[in-house]
Amino acid sequence: MLQGWVVVLASFLYLGVLFAIAWYADRRADLGRSLIANPAVYALSLGVYCTTWTFYGSVGRAAASGIGFLPIYLGPTLLFALAGFILFKMIRVAKVNRITSIADFVASRYGKSQLLGGLVTVIAVVGVIPYIALQLKAVSNSFSILSSYPEIIMPAAAGAVPILQDSALYVAMILAAFTILFGTRHLDATERHEGMVAAIAVESLVKLGAFLAVGVFVVWGLHDGVADIFARAAAMPDVARRLASADTPAAYGTWGTLIFLSMFASLLLPRQFQIAVVENVDESHLRRAVWMFPLYLFLINIFVLPVALAGLLHFKAGGVDADTFVLTLPMAHQQEALALFVFIGGLSAATGMVIVETIALSTMVCNDLVMPLLLRMPWLGLAAKADLSGLLLEIRRWAIAIILGLGYLYFRVAGEAYALVSIGLISFAAVAQFAPVVIGGLFWKGGTRDGALAGLAAGFVLWAYTLLLPSFAKSGWLPDGFIAHGLFGVELLRPQHLFGLTGLDEITHCLVWSLLANLGFYIGISIQRVPNVREARQATLFVGGNEAAGHSGWSASAGVADLLPLASRFLGRERAEEAFLRHARQRGLNSVKELPADTRLVNFAENLLTGAIGSASARAMVASVVSEEPLGIDEVMNILDEASQVRAYSRELEQKSRELTRATAELRDANERLRELDRMKDDFISTVTHELRTPLTSIRAFSEMLHEDPKTDLEQRTKFLGIIVSETVRLSRLINQILDLAKLESGRAEWTVTAIDVDEVIHEAADSLTVLFAEKRVTLDLAGLQTGLTVMADRDRLMQVMVNLLSNALKFVPTDSGRVRVGADGTANEVRVSVSDNGPGIAAADQELIFDKFRQGSGGTDVLTDKPQGTGLGLPISRQIIEYFNGRLWVESSPGAGARFLFTLPRQAGDNGKNS
Amino acid sequence: MIRTRLTSQRLAFLFLLGCFFFNYPVLSIFNKGGSIFGFPPLYAWLMVSWLTLIGLLALVVERKHD
Repeated sequence: MLQGWVVVLASFLYLGVLFAIAWYADRRADLGRSLIANPAVYALSLGVYCTTWTFYGSVGRAAASGIGFLPIYLGPTLLFALAGFILFKMIRVAKVNRITSIADFVASRYGKSQLLGGLVTVIAVVGVIPYIALQLKAVSNSFSILSSYPEIIMPAAAGAVPILQDSALYVAMILAAFTILFGTRHLDATERHEGMVAAIAVESLVKLGAFLAVGVFVVWGLHDGVADIFARAAAMPDVARRLASADTPAAYGTWGTLIFLSMFASLLLPRQFQIAVVENVDESHLRRAVWMFPLYLFLINIFVLPVALAGLLHFKAGGVDADTFVLTLPMAHQQEALALFVFIGGLSAATGMVIVETIALSTMVCNDLVMPLLLRMPWLGLAAKADLSGLLLEIRRWAIAIILGLGYLYFRVAGEAYALVSIGLISFAAVAQFAPVVIGGLFWKGGTRDGALAGLAAGFVLWAYTLLLPSFAKSGWLPDGFIAHGLFGVELLRPQHLFGLTGLDEITHCLVWSLLANLGFYIGISIQRVPNVREARQATLFVGGNEAAGHSGWSASAGVADLLPLASRFLGRERAEEAFLRHARQRGLNSVKELPADTRLVNFAENLLTGAIGSASARAMVASVVSEEPLGIDEVMNILDEASQVRAYSRELEQKSRELTRATAELRDANERLRELDRMKDDFISTVTHELRTPLTSIRAFSEMLHEDPKTDLEQRTKFLGIIVSETVRLSRLINQILDLAKLESGRAEWTVTAIDVDEVIHEAADSLTVLFAEKRVTLDLAGLQTGLTVMADRDRLMQVMVNLLSNALKFVPTDSGRVRVGADGTANEVRVSVSDNGPGIAAADQELIFDKFRQGSGGTDVLTDKPQGTGLGLPISRQIIEYFNGRLWVESSPGAGARFLFTLPRQAGDNGKNS
Repeated sequence: MIRTRLTSQRLAFLFLLGCFFFNYPVLSIFNKGGSIFGFPPLYAWLMVSWLTLIGLLALVVERKHD
C-alpha cells in the first residue's frame, strides 16, 4: 500500500498542515498574541539543528564508527553552557542594531562594510550548499526506497539517473516552492517570521517523535531492550568494534575537533543564527533553552547506537546503506505506518533545515550581495524608484530557487562520494570560518574591516582548497591528480596533506590550516592600524553590548519628507507609514508630520531600512538623502568622549574662575591704593604735627624763661619776645596754609574770578617782599615783564602763588650775591610767568618731589639751624591753584645752575575754574 | 536571562566540566571492552555524563533564589 502516490500525498498533506500552522501563527502575531512567545517553542525551534544528517546520517555514522556520531551534539551542549557570555550578547547586539543575518552581523560590526557583508554571504552560500545537497539526497533516497516497498532496493547513484527522472530534482523544486511560499510572502522590517518558527517547532516535535518511535520499535519490538542489542553485538566480532572507539591520539583528536566544530556550527550556521538570534522574541527564552535544547539533542540521539547496531545485525549480508537503517528496519518488518511516519520525520528534518537555511541565505544574498550591487549601478535608476519592496521580494525568491538549484547541482556532482555526515561536515568547516570575526568582534575592539576581510578570505580559500575541491575530485568531477600529487605536481601543496601535514583526518586538517590562516590574518592585519571612527563606534556597540545605541554617526539630519518616501520604497507605503507613525507616537507626537528633522529620526529610518535591506545598504541609502557632512574632528571627539558636556561646564567654570581672579586682583590693587593713601595720611599728620610742634616748642621755651625769671634784662626780654612773635607768625602761617590746602583739596575753597593784570600782580607781590630781599641783599630783577597781560583768575590766589615762588627763590639764593629774575610773556592763548634764581638748583629726581606736601629740596634746610626754612606747603598749594585755573606749574633746573619755576595760565575765562 | 554574573560563571564552570567529561583523557578511561550493566562503558559514560550535565544546566538556570 506504500505506493509512490501514497507517499507523495502524505508528504503534501504534511506540508499543507505545516503551512496552515505557519499561517495561523502569522495571524496570531498580527493580532499581537504571539504563538511563539514561549521558551519551549524557542528551544524546540532550535531543534532545526537536527537535520536529515541527524535523522538518517547519525545511524550511518554510528554503524561505521560507533560512538563517533556523538560529538556533533556534545558541542552545542557546551556552547549553550556559554550562552550567558556569547549567545546572550549576540542577541542583545542584534536587537539593538537590527541585525537580520550573520552577514549583516559581521558587516555591521566592522563599520557597516558592504564588501565584508558580501564576502560573508558568498562564504555562507558556497559553504552551505553541500549541506543542502545532503538534505536533497536524504529525502530523495528515502522516497525511492520507500516507494519500492516491500522490496528494499538501494537507489541508483545520483549521476546515473536522467535528470528528469531524478526524484531529487523534484524534491528540490518542491522545497523551493514551499520555502518561497513560507518566507517571502511579505517583507518584514525585522526579518522575523513567526509562522515559520511555529512550523519549525512542530517539525522538531515530529522528527523527534518519529525517531523515538523507530527506537522504541527496534529496541523493544525487535529485541529485549538495549542491553540485549549490545550483548548480541558484542557476540559478533565485526560489529563489536563499534562498541568502543579507536584508542589512538588521532581518534581523540578528531573527536575533539568535531566537538569544537559543532560548537561553532550551532551558532554560526545561517539557520542557527536566524533561529537563535534573529527570531528570538525574548531574551529570557534563552534561559530555558540552555538546558532544553541539549535535552532535545540527547533525546534524539538516545537510540542512535542501538538502531545502528540492530541494523548491522539485521542486514548482515550488506547491500543496505547504513544511512537508511532508520527507514529500512521498519520496512523489513512490514511496519508500513511506522515507515511512513519515519519518512515524514525525515521530511520534517529536511524541510526545516532547507526552509530556514534558504530564507536566511536569501536574505543575505538580497541585502548584502545583490542590493548593494544594484544600488551601485546608477543606470538602473533604482535609487529613484518609488517602490522597491516588490523587487526585494523578487530577488529573494530567485535567491531561494538558485540556492536550491546549486544544492541539487552539488548533489548530482559530488553527492555519491560521501556519506551524509561527511557532506555536512564540509559545511560545518566552512561556517567555522566566521568564528574569529564573530567571536573576536564580540570581545575584541581592535578588529578592523581589513583584518576581517583578510581573515575570512584566507580561511575561505584554504577551506575550499583542502575540503571542497577534493570533494569534487573524489566524485570524479575534477581530475584527482592534484589530490595525490599536489597542485602543479608540488607535493607540499597536496590539498589533504598541506605542507606535508599528515596524520590528521581531512576535517581536522582543513580546520588547522584554515583557522590558523583566518585568525592570523584577522589579528595580524587588524593590528596594522587603529580602528577608524566608524569601526570604533561599532566596536563599542558590539563589545560594550550597550543597549544605548548612542551616536549613530549621522552628523546631519533629514526630514520626514525625505525619509518616508525612502522607507516606502523598500517596505511599501503602508508599512513605512505605520512604522513612522509608531515612531512619532513613541515620541509623544500625534502625526508623522510633526516629527522634527533630527538625527534621531535619521537613526530610526536607518534602523528601519536595516531590517529590510541590511545595515550596509541602509547606510548607503540613508546617506543618499541625508547630506551628511563628514565627521569633523570635534564631532569625533564628541562621539568618543561622552564627557563633552562636562567639558563645556568645566570651561565655563574656568572662565568664571578667571574672572574672579581678575576681580580679586583689582580689589587687591584698590586695597593697596587705600593702604598707600592711609599711609600718606599718617605721614601727613605726623609731619604736620612735627611742623606745628617745632615753633610751639620754641614759643613755650622762651615764654617759660620770661615767666620764671622776672629779672631778665630788657634787651634780653625784647629779643625773646621777638622770637616768640616770629614763631607765632610762623605757626599761624602754617596753620593757615594747612587749612588752605585742605580747602583746596576738598574743593571747598572760595574763588573770586576777575580779569587780572599779571604784571600788576607780580609787582605787588615783589613790593610785599622788598624788605626781605633787601635784608638778604638779593637783587630782584623785574625787567623781563611784558605789560598788559591779563588772565581770568582769582587775584588773591594768584598773588599767593607769586609770593610763594618769590619767597621760595629768596630762600635758596645765596646772601649778598643772590639774584632772582621774574619774567612774563604771553601767546594768543596763554600767559607764561617764570621765576629764575641762581641758587643750588634741584636734582632731576627731586623736581617732582618738591611739589609734594612737606617735601623740600635738599637745600631747603638752613645749614646752621637745621631748621626748614619754609613750611613745605607753598609749592603744593601753588600747584593746586594753578591747576585749578587749568594752568601748569613746573620747574626747570640742573644742580649748580639755579632753578627756574614756570607756570602758564590760559587767557580765556571760560577755560578755567569750575571743572576741576 | 542569565541575570546574575554568578549564573554566568556557574554556567562557564559547567562548560569546563563538560569539556573535561567529553574529551581525552577521561574518555580513554571508559574506552575499553566489557560492559556496565550491559552497556558498553564509553556509551554508558557519555550518556550518563551528558544527561548529568544537562541536569546541572537546568539546575543552575532555573534556580529561583540568587
